[in-house]
Order: sequence, then C-alpha cells, then structure tokens
Amino acid sequence: MKEEKVKSIIESFLFVWGEPLDIKLISKTLELSPAYVRKVIIDMKNTYEKENRGIQIIEVNNKFQLSTNKENYEYIQKLCTPPQNKGLTQAALEVVSIIAYKQPITRPEIEAIRGVKSDKAISTLLDRNLICENGRLDKPGKPILYITTDEFLRSFGINNLEALPTLESEELGT
Amino acid sequence: MALNLKLESFEGPLDLLFHLIEKAKVDIYDIPIFNITQQYIEYIDQMKKFDLEITSEFLVMASTLMEIKSKMLLPNKKETQLELDLEEDPRQELILKLIEYKKFKEAALNLKDRQNLYKKTFYKEQEQIDEYIIRDVYEPLDLELYVLKEAFENILKRKKKEENINIDIQILKREEITIEDKLKYIREKLETSVKMEFEELFSDFYTRTELVVTFLAILELIKLKVIRVEQDKAFEKIHLRKVSKEV
Repeated sequence: MKEEKVKSIIESFLFVWGEPLDIKLISKTLELSPAYVRKVIIDMKNTYEKENRGIQIIEVNNKFQLSTNKENYEYIQKLCTPPQNKGLTQAALEVVSIIAYKQPITRPEIEAIRGVKSDKAISTLLDRNLICENGRLDKPGKPILYITTDEFLRSFGINNLEALPTLESEELGT
Repeated sequence: MALNLKLESFEGPLDLLFHLIEKAKVDIYDIPIFNITQQYIEYIDQMKKFDLEITSEFLVMASTLMEIKSKMLLPNKKETQLELDLEEDPRQELILKLIEYKKFKEAALNLKDRQNLYKKTFYKEQEQIDEYIIRDVYEPLDLELYVLKEAFENILKRKKKEENINIDIQILKREEITIEDKLKYIREKLETSVKMEFEELFSDFYTRTELVVTFLAILELIKLKVIRVEQDKAFEKIHLRKVSKEV
C-alpha cells in the first residue's frame, strides 16, 4: 500500500474514532508494523503543524487523536460559545502534580507533602477523570493508590509521563 | 474585604509559611525563625479576627515554629560554627518539607499555564461506534458476579483434588504474592490479547493463595473498569475482555 493511501486511511480512522486511538490497533487493522504506523502519523502531525491547519494531531501515551488548533480558539468562541472548561483550583493543581510525579501514591503521602488535608481536591480530580485508583498499598489500612490518567495527559498537552517537565528544584532534592 | 480574600488564599500552613519567607526575601535554607514565627502567629490572629475557620494544620504549624524557636534560644553546647552542622539545626526538618513542597508548587504553576493553553483545544466526541468496536457477531452476556464466583470455586475444588493426589506433606510458608503483582501480570497479558479465558489465567499457578490473589486482582480490574467479564452463551467458557476505552 502506498504511503499516501496509508495516511489517508489513518486520517479517516482518527476522525471516526474521536478518542485517543492506539497505534497498536491501527497497525493490527492495517497489517503494518507499529513502528511504520508511528512514523507515518508523526509525519502527518508535522505536516499539519507546518501548514498551520485548523486540525492538529495530538499524542497521548502512544495514542493519537484529532483536536482543533488552539490558535483558533477565539474564533471558535465567536461561532459557538463552547462550554467554559473550568480550570482546576490551586489545591487540585498541587495534588495532581504531586500524583503526576510520585505515582502511584496514597492520600496520606500527598497530605504529608502539602501539610494539609487533600480529600476534596482528590475527589474533584477523580470526578474529572484526571486521576484514578490503581489498587491498594500493602500496608495497614490498605490505602488506595492514585495514578494520573490519559485524560490528565491530554488536558495538559503532555505526550506521556516521561515528557513531564522536570521539577525545577530536583537537583537540590534530598 | 481585600484582606479577607487574601487571607483565604493559602493552601495550608506550608503555603503560608512559604509566602512569608518569600515576602521577607530570605533564603529558604536559612529561615529567620524569630521573625517568621511572629509573622505566622500574627497571621493566625488575623484569621481569628476575620472569623475564618482556622484548621488544625495551621495551629500545628504554629506550635512547630514555636518549638523550633525555643530550641534555637537554648544556648548551644558546641562552640564553633563548624560544629553546628546542618543536622543539629532545629530548622532542618521544616526546611526539607518546605523545599519538597516548593517543588510541587512550581510544578502546579507550570500545569496551570499548560491548562490555560490546552483548554483552548476541542475534540470531537466519539460517535456511537463503541457498540461495533470489539463485539463479535452475537451479543455476549455481561456476567453476574455469582457466575464468576462459581467458576472460581470450581477452580479451587479442582485444585484441592490435585493437592490430595500429589502432596502428602505440606510445608507452610509465607507467600509473597501481592495483588499488585497479579494486576501487572494480567495487564501485561492484556497487552497482547484483548480477550482471554478466565480459567486460563489460573492455569499457571500452583498455590491456593496465588489463585485467590489472582481472583482478587480480576475483581479489582473489573471494578476499575479495565476488563469486562463475558460469556457467549450460558454454560460456555467465561472470558475476560479488555474494555476498549481504558484510561
């Protein structure tokens, strides 16, 4: 199959899927190697960016999805007043960053770092599907372990956990 | 009123302490504990005045600060500055906490910027296609828990029979198998195939504990909505199926 055709099919796939689409699933369907599929998508992604198209391809944990170009936000707003995506509170942002860098982590561990109760922030994050439970720690009380989700990566524009910006004071870390 | 808003804006005692240190423009490694303690307590007094709820965390921090302050007031037995290594500094523990907290405060700030940027993108919702995604020609049954329980009891029964045949002497020892290990094991299996036989998952294991832990891991994955349990027809084999939208 010619590469142009592969690109065309993948574009249709991404359009119809409407969720982050796993490379493995594309490669299985097209009977092409994941490495090749990845190369093709990255190629497409770069072309979209270079041509400054209204649609972008975003990457989340080796999955890909179409999104609008954020530069067109103000015009989209004029067109349809999209629902306000309410930002997270300072508390929720602190908790989600602790989870992002230290996952899996329990609530007491989070509270020890922040020095303050954090249950409300945790339930907001759970509600918004930015974090999820991931089993329990084998310690007395079996505290729930929390990890971040793909939705977390997507809403903060992070490809995968390795791509999280390094903590600024990390080199000073103890 | 402005003060009121300002008073409410701290995320706990560390956040407040951090603010006071920054305002005083001092090195976090060398907190002027006398000044900071005083300011901290003044702040709590203000909170009282404005009738804000002072959570216990703030009071605990105030007493910690006073404890450090009193320790620092005590004459030090060691004579020279050199001998006053960091470990003996009563502020040490607090400094470490503050530094750790600072890291995440900065990370949160960074995430906030990203949040503002990325909330400007939109995604198309998935069409009603999920019912076509992984199902086969016929509609598999979603299983009731008792079917799963029965299947597991059968596995245990079989196991018991095997044990009676094979083992005369049993040595009891502590087994170190965690649910986390099993969760990982099943997740790894799901990487390669989205569907697997319930019974097959137990075939590799030899001890009862391991069987039980495996079963608990399956229940956990069902709860986390990572897998779904299916049976094509009644009395047929039970399958575990990876849920398509795994997060």
